[in-house]
Amino acid sequence: MSGFLGEYGGEIAELTVEHLWLTGAAIVSATAIAVPVGVWLTRRPSWAKPVIGVANILQTIPSLAMFGFLLPLPWLGERAARVAIVALSAYALLPILRNTYAGIQGIDRSLIEVARALGLTDAQRFFKVELPLAAPFILAGLRTATVTCVGIATIAAAVGAGGLGELIFRGVASVDNRLVLAGAIPAALLALGCDGALGLLEHWFRVPAPSASADAAR
Amino acid sequence: MTAAIEFRNVCFATANGRLLLDNISLAVEEGTTTAVLGRSGSGKTTLLRTVNRMVEPTSGEVLVDGRSVREAALIRLRRSVGYVIQEIGLFPHMTAERDAGLVLEAQDRPREERLSRSHELLKAVGLDPKQFAGRYPYQLSGGQRQRVGLARALAAEPSVLLMDEPFGALDPLTRAEMQDMLRSLLARLKKTVLLVTHDLDEALYLGDRIVLLSEGKLVANLDPDEFLRSRDPQIEAYIRAFHRGEQSSASGAIAAPPIATPAGGRSA
Repeated sequence: MSGFLGEYGGEIAELTVEHLWLTGAAIVSATAIAVPVGVWLTRRPSWAKPVIGVANILQTIPSLAMFGFLLPLPWLGERAARVAIVALSAYALLPILRNTYAGIQGIDRSLIEVARALGLTDAQRFFKVELPLAAPFILAGLRTATVTCVGIATIAAAVGAGGLGELIFRGVASVDNRLVLAGAIPAALLALGCDGALGLLEHWFRVPAPSASADAAR
Repeated sequence: MTAAIEFRNVCFATANGRLLLDNISLAVEEGTTTAVLGRSGSGKTTLLRTVNRMVEPTSGEVLVDGRSVREAALIRLRRSVGYVIQEIGLFPHMTAERDAGLVLEAQDRPREERLSRSHELLKAVGLDPKQFAGRYPYQLSGGQRQRVGLARALAAEPSVLLMDEPFGALDPLTRAEMQDMLRSLLARLKKTVLLVTHDLDEALYLGDRIVLLSEGKLVANLDPDEFLRSRDPQIEAYIRAFHRGEQSSASGAIAAPPIATPAGGRSA
């Protein structure tokens, strides 16, 4: 066992970092798209159904097929990492978009009315009222998206984008279960770690309520 | 005396043509409290909301301090008119001190100024800042929340205060406390207040003038004594109905008791 780790430890660490980078880049770009679009949809609710529908369809494309579709495209196909990041972003869109939309739509209308009546500008209403109240929902979406992407990113190795999937694919090809596990276990831990970290963040941004009595006294 | 708020032939119709305000003309004198009575759907909330342009009249004009609200910059107008609604108006993610100073925050005033002003206001509405400044709405009782709401409405030193059934959701005892607090506060601050309520006792206790709306029309604009003595059938009907409702809820009786006289109907 120690011999195995000695032989592959460096590579596992390297691939873990690569895996994180692919996932992170995908989540950042998906967030940059999905949050503004989700907010915009709350201003144009009639667009919500079609737009969320498109994100929904993206979600149903099998991941291997998605990587395959993107590979022949110009510019994108030149680097496997680009393909991987775009594909992973596509999967991350739906949870973030849906939660942003639902989080803001779910705010009590009378609070929005009060914000207007007090003379908050549209921007102030968004940043001081809507965003903080919707933040836990948006972060929950981000969390779902991240965990999903950590999993799907293992498939990115199929197009040569690297990440922990590489060990898994190699292990499968050479019928070496140790290699499969060397990829699968860190990937699972990574997913759990991201879930926990984002869970903490979500908790930090929650709206104060009676059940949160622990730090209510501060 | 000048009119702090003046409604000139104000009409408001909904998109489907229902007339909620029907040619209302009314002047509210500076520094006085006008209680607006009426049954649900009589247009009293709509009337209130034309003042800070949450509702734009279909025709007619609303003036604050002699200037048409339509000519005022919307954001500035709303910041200069205090607004208090029923319980739900506090932001769940804000502490009492932040919520009370929110209008100042919106004006980008420095933090120290905001905090000292909001502490001063909390004190003015009977909440000790040491104890309550850092509390979130869920850590406050209904009455305390309403006090914070009132403090918030006063933050920008508005000359006009709009109150939409501010004490409607409170129990009778707390409501009475709040009414006392408001009365002494208003005696000190000299605000022009438009108070929407369906509680006749509250209107009589707080109002310098009593306005009665019915189906969007102005039925009466009288001082409390005149209002009680009025022989107008609609006013009499309102007073009678109010006391009967009060009596039956106090005694728990479902069946209406024999018609009570206005003065003798109070059992509580």
